[in-house]
Amino acid sequence: MAKAPFEFDTLALHAGQRPDAETGARATPIYQSASFVFEDAEAAVGLFNIERTGHVYSRLSNPTNAVLEERIAVLDQGVGALAVASGQAAMHLAVATLMGAGDHIVASRSLYGGTHNLLDYTLRRFGIDTTFVDPRDPAAFAAAITDRTKLVFGEVIGNPGMEVLDIPSVAAVAHAAGVPLMVDATFTTPYLCQPIELGADLVMHSATKFLSGHGIVIGGLLVDGGVFDWAKSGRFPTLSEPYAGFHNLNFSESFGPAAFIARARREGLRDFGACMAPTTAFHILQGIETLSLRMERHMTNAERVAQFLTEQDGVASVNHPSLVSHPDHELAKRLLPKGAGAVLSFEIKGGREAGIRFIEGLKVFSHLANVGDAKSLVIHPASTTHHRMDDAALKAAGISEGLVRLSVGLEDSGDLIKDLKSGLRAAAKGGH
Amino acid sequence: MKLSVADKAVFVGTGNGQHAEGQESVLFVHGAGMDHTVWLMPARHFARHGYNVIAVDLPGHGDSEGPALTTIEAMADWLAEVLAELGIASAAVVGHSMGSLVALEFAARFPTHTRTLALLGTSTPMPVSDVLLDAAKTDDRQAMEMANTWSHSGPGLMGGHKSPGMTLYFGGLRLLQRTEEGVYFADLNACNLYERGAERAQKVACPALVLIGDEDKMTGPRQASKVAEALANARVEALSPCGHAMMTEQPNAVLAALKSIV
Repeated sequence: MAKAPFEFDTLALHAGQRPDAETGARATPIYQSASFVFEDAEAAVGLFNIERTGHVYSRLSNPTNAVLEERIAVLDQGVGALAVASGQAAMHLAVATLMGAGDHIVASRSLYGGTHNLLDYTLRRFGIDTTFVDPRDPAAFAAAITDRTKLVFGEVIGNPGMEVLDIPSVAAVAHAAGVPLMVDATFTTPYLCQPIELGADLVMHSATKFLSGHGIVIGGLLVDGGVFDWAKSGRFPTLSEPYAGFHNLNFSESFGPAAFIARARREGLRDFGACMAPTTAFHILQGIETLSLRMERHMTNAERVAQFLTEQDGVASVNHPSLVSHPDHELAKRLLPKGAGAVLSFEIKGGREAGIRFIEGLKVFSHLANVGDAKSLVIHPASTTHHRMDDAALKAAGISEGLVRLSVGLEDSGDLIKDLKSGLRAAAKGGH
Repeated sequence: MKLSVADKAVFVGTGNGQHAEGQESVLFVHGAGMDHTVWLMPARHFARHGYNVIAVDLPGHGDSEGPALTTIEAMADWLAEVLAELGIASAAVVGHSMGSLVALEFAARFPTHTRTLALLGTSTPMPVSDVLLDAAKTDDRQAMEMANTWSHSGPGLMGGHKSPGMTLYFGGLRLLQRTEEGVYFADLNACNLYERGAERAQKVACPALVLIGDEDKMTGPRQASKVAEALANARVEALSPCGHAMMTEQPNAVLAALKSIV
């Protein structure tokens, strides 16, 4: 597969940005402007009619956001990307670009709770149905695809079950049916996993997490690999037929490999308007500059923490693909050779009450609903991120009442292990 | 727009415009392994301004039926057939890279069909290195990566696409990767075999523009200037910083230059 002309670490610092032509600014300036002056009337028409390039209005594009978009697109080996208000906005934008009422999605059933809400409740109200399947069973994805299916979706590493998606196999069954595969690569970032190289067509990230890396912004990114032939598939009239909402523009005919991302910007961002603030884009760019360094440390710490937990009497089981005991350990070694992410889950003995005592016994880990911060985080999914799921859905998603999820940060790993020992002592103490 | 030429399906981009009698026409010819989408922006501009836009997919490219043609001369003849099918007597002819050779040959063969000529990223001869040609013959994916890298300026390789959120390197590569196996080699080989461009240029009398990228590593500025010198009535414009992939590296400057000749 293709390799960019520079290495990952170099691209993470430079891709998409040149020193500012006017001022020489080396860092990407924050263009905090809602709109941009037209050169003249003819240039204005040209911008609206896709005859020339430039910025019009920051809901549609912004120079700071454009650097972030190009950087993540290059790191993911895509033709283009969009920066949007959140990971949820990225997911919604992809769905809204590809389909409408009456259409269908096949998704892994091990998903972030917010994504599950969107697919299982909200989108059904708009006529888009989702069939959830076992992420470890490519044949189940294949069996669930119908004539109405427009998207196959999964997370590179399931949340919170830590299932590793066999991207090449799931992509193969999707493509055999003429359907694209989109993956949520939030937990892995382009540093750990290259989904498009592995066969995915679209990638989305919650940039709130490891990409920005410091828990200071909310943002989402949607990347178009430019590898799926929308016209040939025959399933995507939004991309292969004239669009009355843009003077009968046919996106596949006009943009070729970039049809999806072109429509996502020119319709989805224009009409739904979930754009990213340029200051947010700036913060995410700062995060991406140190992505490699941070992810290396995240991996080292996560693997130490996972190993430590496996050795504790108060822990019934530990879920992290770095562990030999994990069902996807071999797959993770193949698809994620640099590490399987810094999020892990474990089952504490003593159920729900022990879980609460454990969390309250921690001093370094912060109890909150997020992952991918530089600081270590902890949460109890059954009472927070996945609280809308009933018992059956929880069980299907591999979530028990005693499941605890950790996002291992960049602190000293010895301090993290000391903190976990304190928590486990608190959990055990209350249990007697 | 779909046509049939010599019983083969042909696709022609119109820039979302409508062809009409009495309008001036502009014919766009893409380069090796490419298709009509490289002309997206100028095609839309000239269509809006009332031109008949004919942005062809050469045989075997984009949505035109194969097989790919194997000589520049055959491609020039094929263009004449396309114009005849459309009932268009003459056009401003714009070609990029391999398409510039086709445009040059077309202008020499069919002077009455050629109102003006614009050659972007051109050189004649246009020798293709053995490394690239051999790679294209055995593994065209590897050749595409090599050529795509050489097609961008130094700054362009690091990005800075003028269309927000798009990538220069992967954008170019994904388009190349859409071609059927064997097409890219056929194109490169056609460029390599075409050695009489300088002689053909002397037969072109219409106004011409040669557009040069100052960092073009595929068709260097010096070679492009020589093409302009061989033409009787040519003007040269240089874009900076700009590699061979000038329609994506400098889209607004390319449009401005084309407006001066089309």
